[in-house]
Amino acid sequence: MKLTKLLATAALALGMATTAMADKTKVGFVYVGPVGDGGWTYEHDQGRKAVVEAFGDKVETVYVESVPEGPDAERVMTQMALNGADLIFATSFGYMDAVQNVAKKFPKVKFEHATGYKTAPNVSVYSARFYEGRAVQGTIAGRMTKSNIIGYIASFPIPEVIRGINSAYIHAKKVNPDVEFKIVWVYTWFDPAKEADAAKTLIEQGADVILQHTDSTAPQAAAQKAGNVITFGQASDMAEYAPLPRVSSIIDNWGPYYVRRTKAVMDGTWESVSTWDGIREGMVKIGEISSAVPGDVKAEAEALRDAIAAGEYHPFTGPLNKQDGTPWLKEGEVADDGTLLGMNFYVEGIEGEIPQ
Amino acid sequence: MIALEKRPQPSQVWSVATPVIAVLATMVFGGILFAVLGKNPVEAIRTIFWEPLFGEHSFYYRPQLLVKGAPLVLIAIGLSLGFRAGIWNIGAEGQYIMGAIVGAGVGLAFYPMEAWFIFPLMVIAGALGGWVWAMIPAVLKVRFGTNEILVSLMLVYVAEQLLASMSLGLLKNPEGYGFPGSRNLQQYPSAHNADLIEGSGMHWGVVAAMIAVIFAYVLLNRHMRGFHIRLAGEAPRAARFAGVSPPRLILFCMGLSGALAGLAGLFEVSGPSGQISIDFNVGYGFTAIIVAFLGRLHPFGILLAGLLMALTYIGGDIAQSQMGLPAAAIQVFQGMLLFFLLAFDLLTNYRIRIGKAGVA
Repeated sequence: MKLTKLLATAALALGMATTAMADKTKVGFVYVGPVGDGGWTYEHDQGRKAVVEAFGDKVETVYVESVPEGPDAERVMTQMALNGADLIFATSFGYMDAVQNVAKKFPKVKFEHATGYKTAPNVSVYSARFYEGRAVQGTIAGRMTKSNIIGYIASFPIPEVIRGINSAYIHAKKVNPDVEFKIVWVYTWFDPAKEADAAKTLIEQGADVILQHTDSTAPQAAAQKAGNVITFGQASDMAEYAPLPRVSSIIDNWGPYYVRRTKAVMDGTWESVSTWDGIREGMVKIGEISSAVPGDVKAEAEALRDAIAAGEYHPFTGPLNKQDGTPWLKEGEVADDGTLLGMNFYVEGIEGEIPQ
Repeated sequence: MIALEKRPQPSQVWSVATPVIAVLATMVFGGILFAVLGKNPVEAIRTIFWEPLFGEHSFYYRPQLLVKGAPLVLIAIGLSLGFRAGIWNIGAEGQYIMGAIVGAGVGLAFYPMEAWFIFPLMVIAGALGGWVWAMIPAVLKVRFGTNEILVSLMLVYVAEQLLASMSLGLLKNPEGYGFPGSRNLQQYPSAHNADLIEGSGMHWGVVAAMIAVIFAYVLLNRHMRGFHIRLAGEAPRAARFAGVSPPRLILFCMGLSGALAGLAGLFEVSGPSGQISIDFNVGYGFTAIIVAFLGRLHPFGILLAGLLMALTYIGGDIAQSQMGLPAAAIQVFQGMLLFFLLAFDLLTNYRIRIGKAGVA
């Protein structure tokens, strides 16, 4: 208890010191990868830059990159809180328990945890509906494939990733009934060597479309080398690989959310919330569909994007069965968020098993 | 001309001085690197080495040094015994993982029962897990003459796959909404390796590391087995004549280093980390190899080296967030430390002679 008290006093003293010094709001960012990964962490850092741009002198941002999940994350966040951070964004699922531990010690500091599910009075969670982007991606993939084999580089068998696979599959199948998914699990978010190997394996197995749920551009490079293979930017636009192999992308757009939450801390209106925004709110964006995609396919994909944005269409709309054939959604029925957040099954038609 | 001349005896003075010189050289060249990156080098070096020890928030960082250093020291002590005897266990990372899995598995098997004997059982299981994993390369070497470097290293990747499988299957938290990772042992008092004094960073792993240091010192200096270990490394032929049995020595050294790595894993998973997760291992098993050599394979040297390594990690994180130094620069900095150590090591066995070429 002593340390907790000590920490709290120190934080309080610092908090007062910083507010007395200047009305600068200090915002910390904890990244799981390097800011130059070109994907996940890169986009979070773009969000940080948006905060700097929006508030200029009124805000000070700090970040630490490549922080392993576990005790190291806890130490880095404690250190940020000790140094007077008012708001801390922890940008990886695996930081969840560390965020909870540190948040308990620093009740005055606000925490924002990406893609997690544990909240507290001073901990909010936020995530993006990436699966909406997957629907658009699946549509393009289903139309573009000639071998009818789509390769998928999956990271970890968690609901977020499984949702993405299902959404992409449903929409590829809708436009191309012969389509088949080959899925490789790499158990990493960022490992260019492993990702490149996975892409090569999939291409050797006949895949001419590669989808990825990992953060590096290595699969793009592998596809470019192989030729006649298309890819999609993941988390970031990865436009340097356009127009081929990268034909489009799903972009995480964290800036507006980060600016909004920082503003709330400045105004003293910050509250613990769970945010799950998608294309409509602008948290998920579809990157430019390149000239390599025929006009009618592009139009179809954009129409789907606009329908999702307008709230007219939900990517998980029945009739849909689970992989084992049991009915999941009835005709016209839409999946509820609870099921989606805990999704641990494939939809009918996907082959293979989710690793257990 | 500058020539290198082999010393008849390794220099005592230099073997103590080189680590210090290496650290100083790292500071100088690291400072140049930071300056090139446009940061104030003095400020950066001060942040890395001074801030965690004597800075404003050192009351928090000092205990963290123990938390970060303990697993490094514990593993490195075990490795150093083998390294001295010329037995190369490179797979401590895998043994660390297995210790954590087996130890946490035993603890979770009792959940939610509360009893005093659960944690001691976990400790035994953790050591056993690491021991068994190290016995695979040891037995293969003794029976079939396989290379223990390759086998132990490859087993790290097997252990990582097992770790992923455990996080997603057998040990997955049933109340975790389908997300990977076990229950958090920090919330299970009987299995929690908590700070012995709240906020001191002193958990059982730190105590174990201290005991290991003393045990290794006594073993090497006062015990026949320790003498055999040193003899086998320094004069293998003489060791053979002295009746040292290489297979026994291999089984002993591999087993002990595996058990210590397993213990480190168990103390980590039940304490600072709290849960088995896919990314549970963060490279302690590999960093410990550096620590073992940085500490000159001497128990007390390893203790200091472990703390120094922990210092660069913690100070490095502070430098990142306070000065905006990129993580890669910090890693280069740590790499320099090992590089300079190995480079200056030359002076222990060789002397530099400045004079005309070909004179000697």
